[in-house]
Amino acid sequence: MTTGPQTGPQTGPQTGPRRISGKGATVPFTFAGRRLEGRAGDTIASALLANGILTVGRSFKYRRPRGILAAGEDEPNAILDVVLNGTRVPNVRATLQPLEAGMEVTPVLGRGAELLTRLLAPFIPSGFYYKTFIWPDWRFFEPAIRRMAGLGRLDPASRATAGPGGHLAVDLCVVGAGRSGLGAATRAARAGRRVLLVDRQDAPGGASRWRSGADIAALVARAEDAGVTIWTGATAFGAYENGRLGVLRQGGSLTLGDSLWEVRAPEVTLATGALERPALFQGNDLPGTMLADAALCYLLRHGVLSGARPLVVTNNDSAYPVAIALAMAGAAVTLVDARQAPAWAARATAAGVRMVVGARIVRATGRGRVDVAVLTDGQRIGADLIAMSGGWTPTVHLYCQAGGKAVWDEGRSTLVPAFAVPGIALAGRVAGDWTGPEDALPWDWAGAPDVPETGKAKKTWVDLQNDVTLADVQLAARENFASVEHLKRYTTLGMATDQGKTANLIGAAALAQATGRRTTDLGLTTYRPPYVPVPMTALAGLSRGPLQTPLRRLAAEAAHRASGATLRDYGGLLRPAFYGPDDSVIPAECRAAREGAVVFDASSLGKVAVMGPKAGELLDFLFASRMSTLAPGRIRYGLTLSEAGTVTDDGVVLRLSPEEYLVSCSSSHVRAFVASAEEWRQTRFGREGVHIHDRTAHWATMSLSGPTSKAVLAKLGIVTGLDDAAFPHMSFVAGRFQGHPARVARVSFTGERGYEISVPAGLAIPLWEALASAGATPIGIEALGWLRAEKGFIYVGQDTDGETTPQDLGFDAPRLKRREGFVGDRALQLPVAGDAHRKALVGLSRADGGTIPAGAHLIEGRPRRSIGFVTSSHLSPTLGRGVALALLEGGRARIGQEVTWFDLGKTGRATVTAPCAWDPEGRRLDA
Amino acid sequence: MTDAGLTPAPGSFPCPFCGPRDEAEFRYGGDPDVARPGPGSSDEDWARYLYVRENRRGLVREYWVHAQGCGLWLIAERDTVTHLIQSVREATP
Repeated sequence: MTTGPQTGPQTGPQTGPRRISGKGATVPFTFAGRRLEGRAGDTIASALLANGILTVGRSFKYRRPRGILAAGEDEPNAILDVVLNGTRVPNVRATLQPLEAGMEVTPVLGRGAELLTRLLAPFIPSGFYYKTFIWPDWRFFEPAIRRMAGLGRLDPASRATAGPGGHLAVDLCVVGAGRSGLGAATRAARAGRRVLLVDRQDAPGGASRWRSGADIAALVARAEDAGVTIWTGATAFGAYENGRLGVLRQGGSLTLGDSLWEVRAPEVTLATGALERPALFQGNDLPGTMLADAALCYLLRHGVLSGARPLVVTNNDSAYPVAIALAMAGAAVTLVDARQAPAWAARATAAGVRMVVGARIVRATGRGRVDVAVLTDGQRIGADLIAMSGGWTPTVHLYCQAGGKAVWDEGRSTLVPAFAVPGIALAGRVAGDWTGPEDALPWDWAGAPDVPETGKAKKTWVDLQNDVTLADVQLAARENFASVEHLKRYTTLGMATDQGKTANLIGAAALAQATGRRTTDLGLTTYRPPYVPVPMTALAGLSRGPLQTPLRRLAAEAAHRASGATLRDYGGLLRPAFYGPDDSVIPAECRAAREGAVVFDASSLGKVAVMGPKAGELLDFLFASRMSTLAPGRIRYGLTLSEAGTVTDDGVVLRLSPEEYLVSCSSSHVRAFVASAEEWRQTRFGREGVHIHDRTAHWATMSLSGPTSKAVLAKLGIVTGLDDAAFPHMSFVAGRFQGHPARVARVSFTGERGYEISVPAGLAIPLWEALASAGATPIGIEALGWLRAEKGFIYVGQDTDGETTPQDLGFDAPRLKRREGFVGDRALQLPVAGDAHRKALVGLSRADGGTIPAGAHLIEGRPRRSIGFVTSSHLSPTLGRGVALALLEGGRARIGQEVTWFDLGKTGRATVTAPCAWDPEGRRLDA
Repeated sequence: MTDAGLTPAPGSFPCPFCGPRDEAEFRYGGDPDVARPGPGSSDEDWARYLYVRENRRGLVREYWVHAQGCGLWLIAERDTVTHLIQSVREATP
C-alpha cells in the first residue's frame, strides 16, 4: 500500500550527502590527497559527508567499496589512517574522532587487491582457514592471505604518544552522559557522593543531542553545579573485578593520544543507551547505506544531509523522526515500514514523507553507491541514501562483563538483563526505558531482526567489517556450526575491531532462522572487554622506551667511560662489555688476566645480608650445601635450587660474624634470591630471629685478579697482611679505603688468584682509579665470560637450563650426602634425578683447535637425534684453541669419546672433555 | 568539567601493614594449605606437592605477597567467582 506523492527512479542534480546548515570556523583537511574543508565541531566522518564523500574505504576481505554506516563506536567501515603534524595514527574511528586542522586522512584499505579478491571470493567460504589446514594445503594460500591481512599500517618513523593515565576512586561512576546518565549523576552528587560521568562523545547529551527536545545545556549545568565530574571523549571499555572500570580518554588532540584510566567505583550506573541494528537485504553494504539514527545525528548535530532522496526503511517507530527531519530539511523522503498500520504514518505523511507500509526492501543496486531500491511489492525507488532501522540492541556490554547475562526477549524483541549484578545499575534505554517526558508519543522502538528469504544471501551482509554474508551464516549452519560461539569462530562474525556491534544480533537471528530455532534459545556470544579497541600506546602509557624498564647503572660508570669502555645492556644493567671501540680487544684482556693483573667491576653482584640467631638455619635451607658450618671470616660457594631440584643460581656466602652472613648471588638473580629467601623466611621460619637486607647497591665491588694481583693490592694499602697463610683463598678481611670501611675477599672468577674489594658505593670511582694506577688492566664482561669458559665456571641460565640439577654440574654431595633439609632436597631423590642419561655439563674440544658455534646441537643416530647442545663457546687466547661447554646426555661417561655437532646444516666432530680446560688442579689460585 | 575533587584510588587489596592498596602491587604466592612433605615422603607425595593443585570455585585461601610494597607474605581468603577478598592476615609458619 502506497500513500503520499509518487516518486519513481530519478537522477536529479542534487545527489549524495552535503552540508545544508550550521556555522563554525572552517577546518582544512585532506582525504586521499583531496583538499577539503570541515567545520569546528565536526567528526572526521561528518566532515567527509559534508564534502559529499560516500566511499571511505574498502572492505577487509573482498575489498568492496564501503561508506559511513554509523555515527558512533559501532561504525564498521570508516576506520582511517590519519597523519597529523607528522604523526601517523592508524585505524582512527572517523565517527568518534574530532576533526583537526591539517589532518591528512587516508583509507586503511585501498583498491589494491580488489580484482584478485573478487576472483577469489567464491573460493573463500566460511571456515576457509580450517578447511585449507586439511585440504589442499594451507601453505598454498598463506603468503597471499598474509599480504592481505592486517588493518592499517604502523609508521616506524612516527611514534604515537599516549597520556599518562592513572587511577581514580569515586563513589559512583556513571557511563553515558545522555539524559538518564546526567540525571543519575546529578542525583548522586546532590546526595554528597563523588561522581564521575564518562561519555564517548565530544560533548555530553548522548542521543538526546539529536533525538529528544531535552534542554541538554540545562541538564549539564545542573550536573556540574551538583559537583559531577564529566569526562567527554572518554569510553568505559571494560568492567573488571572489584568494581574497576577501564576508561580510555582521548587527549585534546589526536597526536596527544589516548590515556588509560582505571576507575574504582563501588557503584556503577550504566546509561549506555542502545545501538541500532542494520536491515538485512541484498546490497546492504553499498555506500549510501546508513543507520537511520546516524542520518539524524549527522543532520541535527552537524547540519549534514546525508542524501537528497533518502529511502528510510524500518520495522519500528524510531525511524519516523528521522524521516520527518530529513523531509523538513528539504529531502524527498520515502519511508518503507514492514508493519501494516504504523501509528506514526499520519505524522510522517503530514511532514511530506512518502509512505510505503507492509513492505520491505529486497535489494539495493547501484554502481559503487546506492541508486535504486527494489521493494517486496516490486516497486523500484530511486534513492541516494538508504537510512535503515532494524530495531535496537541495548548496550549491555559492561553489565555482561561485570558478570551479568543478557537474554533475548522474543516478545519484546530486545535484550533484557537476566538478573541484577551487585554494584551495577542500569538506567535509560539500556534498561528498556524508551519513553521520556520529551517524547511526543510512546512508541514501539524494538523491531524484530528480520532475516529475508528473498535476495541473494551472498550479497546480504551481516558483518560489514569482516565481510561475513548471510550465505556464510547459512553455510556454517549447514556444516553444523550451530552454536553462536562456533558460528563466530567459523565465519569470524563479530571478530573484527568493531566486535560485531551492528552484526552480532542479526547474525544470531540469521543462524536461528537457518537452524529452525529461536534467537532466545541460541544465546549470545560472550561479551568481553574491551568495548572499543584500546591502542597499545594507551596500555603502555608513559612506560615506553627508556621509561619502560629504566636501565640500572654502575656507580663507576663515568670512570669506565673514561677508561674507554663500550657499555652494553646486560639484563637491564649497563655494564662495560670491553675496554675499547670493538670486541677485538677481548683476547688482550684475557691474556692480561692470565699474565698480569686485571680489574673487573663486579658491583652488581648480590650483597644480601642475612642476620639474626636463625640466619644459619635459614641459609642451610636455602642452599644445597650447609652454610652454618662456615667459620666467621670464611667464604663458601653454593648452589640454590628450586623445589624441583633444578639449579636457580650459584654464588658465594661470607660469614661476617656468628649471626651475620652476606650472600653474593649472581647480578641478575639478586631480586629472585631475595624474594625466595623472604618467602621461606616468612612462611616457614617466622619473621623473628632472622632478617634479610639487600645491600647490593650500598657497596661497590672491584674484582682484582691475575698472578700479579697481590702486588697491585698491596700498593693500595687497604689491608695489611696479605700473607696467603693468614689470608687464604675463600676468606675475607676487613680493611679501610680512604678512611672508610672496606672488605677484601679472596675469591676467583677467572681461576687466577683473585681479590674482591668492596667499598661504600660513593667510593667506586676512587677505588677504580686507584686500581688502574696501581697497574690493573680493566676487563669487561665479555672477557670474563671467555675466562670463565676456560675454567668451566658456569653462568646459571646460560650453561644450565630448566632441568639442570647439582649432580648434572658435578656436585653430587647434595643428592648423595645431604639428603634432607634444603630447598629441592626431596626432588634430588626422585628416580629421574639419578638417571645416568641426564644431560650433564662437559667440555668440548676440536682436534683442529677450532670453535664450535654456541647453540649447536650434539647429535647421534639415524634418524639423527639431539643429545645435547653447546652452551658457551669461545676461542681461548690462553690455550690457543676453541673451548666450549655443553650439556650432553650421559655426558660424564662420554668424556674422551667423540661426538658430532650440528649447527645450521653444518656438522663436525668434537671430543668430550671435562668442563675445566685451564689449570684443573687450581694451582693458579695461589700462584 | 575539571578533575577537582577526584582522589587517587586507594585500591582494593587490604594489606594489614600498608592499608588498602592496588591489587597490582601484590603477587600471588601459591596455596598455603599444600604441606611440604617431610622425611620419608614418597615420590608421589613430592610430585603432588610440586605440581598438583586444586582449582576450587568459591572461597579459597591463598598466599599473596605485597611485592611492590612492604614485602609481607599474607594469607588472603578470596572468592574465585567474584574475585572479592574476604579477609587478609599476615602469613605465619
